[in-house]
Amino acid sequence: MSRPDFAYAIYIRASREEVWQGLLEPEFTRQYWFHDHVSDWRQGARWEMRQSGSEAVSIAGEVLEIEPHERLVLSWAKPEHLGEPGRTSRLTITLNEQDWPGGPWTGVILEHTDFGDDHEMRDSVSGGWPMILSGLKTLLESGLDA
Amino acid sequence: MDGGRLVGEGGEVERRLTCKHKLAYYERVVEGSDPVFKALADGGRRRLLDALREQNGQTLSEMCQHLDMSRQAVSQHLAVLERANLVAVVWRGREKLHYLNPVPLFEITERWIRSFERSRLRALTDLKHRLEENHE
Repeated sequence: MSRPDFAYAIYIRASREEVWQGLLEPEFTRQYWFHDHVSDWRQGARWEMRQSGSEAVSIAGEVLEIEPHERLVLSWAKPEHLGEPGRTSRLTITLNEQDWPGGPWTGVILEHTDFGDDHEMRDSVSGGWPMILSGLKTLLESGLDA
Repeated sequence: MDGGRLVGEGGEVERRLTCKHKLAYYERVVEGSDPVFKALADGGRRRLLDALREQNGQTLSEMCQHLDMSRQAVSQHLAVLERANLVAVVWRGREKLHYLNPVPLFEITERWIRSFERSRLRALTDLKHRLEENHE
């Protein structure tokens, strides 16, 4: 197994199920990611990330592994480069829930690897993930302290 | 008052803890930004973050090779950074890999700029990108 190029972690005051929904369902993602995921979420299924409110596909890939509420592995490429070695990277998201007196917390670990020579993609995702994870946390935790 | 309440909750949590891992988790999720500022207040720890920025995903031994610091010091600094969530850990077999995790820094900046400045800053950034594109 190769070493990931990047790994990011965030801890969110929400259950695994809520974090999973927040990451994948368009009604949530369009609020902080500004994209909709389109897939039927089965192993081997196609997956697309479209700009919210348009049909434009930004990123596409395949669902390589899926264990709902626990683990998701996707291949990741610009649609025109999908399947080309060196231009198709791999994203792994793992969720770990911990119980606390005030309710569950979920740790999200995101690993992105196999960029090959695609420095442009590598640079663009490395800047994007912290913003997306922080947006997910803000969305899921908003209202909790009110 | 809040501090008192937190200490009380912490006491309750600590009685339920069974291992160090849970304590680290507790620090990360309950104490908010304090561990981040404390972790960054040390020049040695900032050098470790620089080393990960240079080469992400290193083991403890690899980090020791390029830093003028004892293995024990590097290991202790990494533990502090990990608890502050400034370093994310991934296991590959028996190898523990350390990654620079800028997510808490992003959350800190968001806290002060999000509500009132962000859309304006984003508009300025977009404008800057468009101008740069036109120059190419």
